[in-house]
Amino acid sequence: MDIFLQQIVNGLTVGSLYALVALGYTMVYGVMKLINFAHGDLVALSAFAGLTIYTSMFADGGTSMVAVITVFMFTAAIIAVVGVLLERLAYRPLRTAPRLSAVVSALGAGLVIQNAIMLIWGPNMKIFPSDLFPSTVYDINGVVVTFTQLMILLFSSVLMIALYLFINKTKMGTAIRAVAIDQDAAKLMGINVNRIIMIIFIIGSALGAVAGLFIGIYYRGITFDMGWMYGLSAFVAAIIGGIGNIPGAMFGGLMLGLFNALISGYISSAWAETFTFMLLIVVLIFRPTGILGEKVAEKV
Amino acid sequence: MSKLLEVKDLHVGYGAIKAIKGIDLYVNKGEVVTILGANGAGKTTTLRTISGLLKSTKGNILFDGQEITKVPAHDIVRLGMSHSPEGRKVFGTLSVEENLLMGAYTLKTHDIKTLEWIYEILPRLKEREQQLAGTLSGGEQQMLAIGRAIMSKPKLLILDEPSLGLAPVLVKSIFKAIKEISSTGVTVLLVEQNAKAALKLADRGYVLELGKITHEGTSKELLNSTVIQEAYLGKKK
Ligand SMILES: Nc1ncnc2c1ncn2[C@@H]1O[C@H](COP(=O)(O)OP(=O)(O)OP(=O)(O)O)[C@@H](O)[C@H]1O
Ligand SMILES: [Mg+2]
Repeated sequence: MDIFLQQIVNGLTVGSLYALVALGYTMVYGVMKLINFAHGDLVALSAFAGLTIYTSMFADGGTSMVAVITVFMFTAAIIAVVGVLLERLAYRPLRTAPRLSAVVSALGAGLVIQNAIMLIWGPNMKIFPSDLFPSTVYDINGVVVTFTQLMILLFSSVLMIALYLFINKTKMGTAIRAVAIDQDAAKLMGINVNRIIMIIFIIGSALGAVAGLFIGIYYRGITFDMGWMYGLSAFVAAIIGGIGNIPGAMFGGLMLGLFNALISGYISSAWAETFTFMLLIVVLIFRPTGILGEKVAEKV
Repeated sequence: MSKLLEVKDLHVGYGAIKAIKGIDLYVNKGEVVTILGANGAGKTTTLRTISGLLKSTKGNILFDGQEITKVPAHDIVRLGMSHSPEGRKVFGTLSVEENLLMGAYTLKTHDIKTLEWIYEILPRLKEREQQLAGTLSGGEQQMLAIGRAIMSKPKLLILDEPSLGLAPVLVKSIFKAIKEISSTGVTVLLVEQNAKAALKLADRGYVLELGKITHEGTSKELLNSTVIQEAYLGKKK
């Protein structure tokens, strides 16, 4: 029983990170019908950028909540700018081009970011300091929860709830949903579609940046090519949840995190990836549009 | 009377296909003007170019005295033009209410009076306020599309085939609503296949054939013209 509960905690932690990254894929797909393959590399970039900001601003190692929050805000802002540039340079010129051109451009942009990380920070693994968060460990009836895990769970829940409310309850959020449904009709409402796309990239990149920093803090070792691995898992999570669907990405991320953790706990972590793809296949056989995938109900 | 909309020597193409080959038309303030034409004549292309969704290859469009030929669609809405597109294009996974609020996107706060007025002239929408637009019947979706288009309190309302595919009873109530809207001073540019109903409602009309205007005149003139009667009103010689 202990191992079960322990793996649930671990799974929810990792799942929250998948969910944050998956939101970036799903929001861009929802509005542009484009898989932003460079998104995972933005996540990696945020871990490196965040580490550099942290070490240069707080070199004495003195950590406080203020320092950590500053690092998160700066990093999220930088990655959001990179995300907006990515859209301007790699995707906007191809908006009316065949779908495949944009896919190739996305893969190319991912490689550019990945190589830029390697050139700037080198090909070797970088290590996050262990003292960003207090090393407090909570033992609840044999289930161990670290302070870092608690922060990950807390921050990602707050961000996801905020995003959900923004998308569903505000005028701007409704406009984002409208653009995702029909861009021409949205323009006829007076909605500036380019602006909405920019906002999508800002939100998606900032969420990915938060995830990237947490990945660094939680796992500590970061490599220039890690975006591929985390990106792929999050992408799978987005598909399982139903790509284009925001609650779907949250649900898919958490589900994949839990699933991986349970496989690692009861079988072996070596099998986690294999089972991930088996899960993907099974979900797609029974629900080709993902678990919460769009049930399009439109009369013509 | 002053012109609210003026289109001069408009040419529009899709790649090599020339859909609109130099048309001129105007709409005076307060008028209802209709564009008639067979399938593929270029009616939708004309409307989409006026509202900025398509770019012309040649010609000018003036709205309320301002050149709008190169203005993006979302900015044209702010100038007071509203376009209810062919095929309704309601936001299917948004509620009826959210669709209407999107219609008022350009306003700082949506106007409660306009919303109430829409619910008054299109009462079915009120009952279905929280329903997803995609689950409405075709007629209800059309009402929603019109309601959504007037939420921005436009000077010019453009309607592309509002009666398409609707039962006669519904066509009647749609035309009644358009009349109601026009009576409040909104200028209307209406494209219709239902030529008779359109001409009964309109002050003037244009006939579009293969991208060119072949006839124009007051509704009375067009209703009495034998050419129009044969081609569009289904009367035999
Ligand atoms: N996206 C497009 N690509 C290429 N050609 C197009 C496109 N849209 C319309 N056309 C062509 O332009 C011409 C005019 O089309 P348009 O839709 O404006 O006609 P319409 O008068 O609105 O017809 P309908 O009564 O059927 O709605 C047609 O020959 C059509 O085939
Ligand atoms: Mg048409």
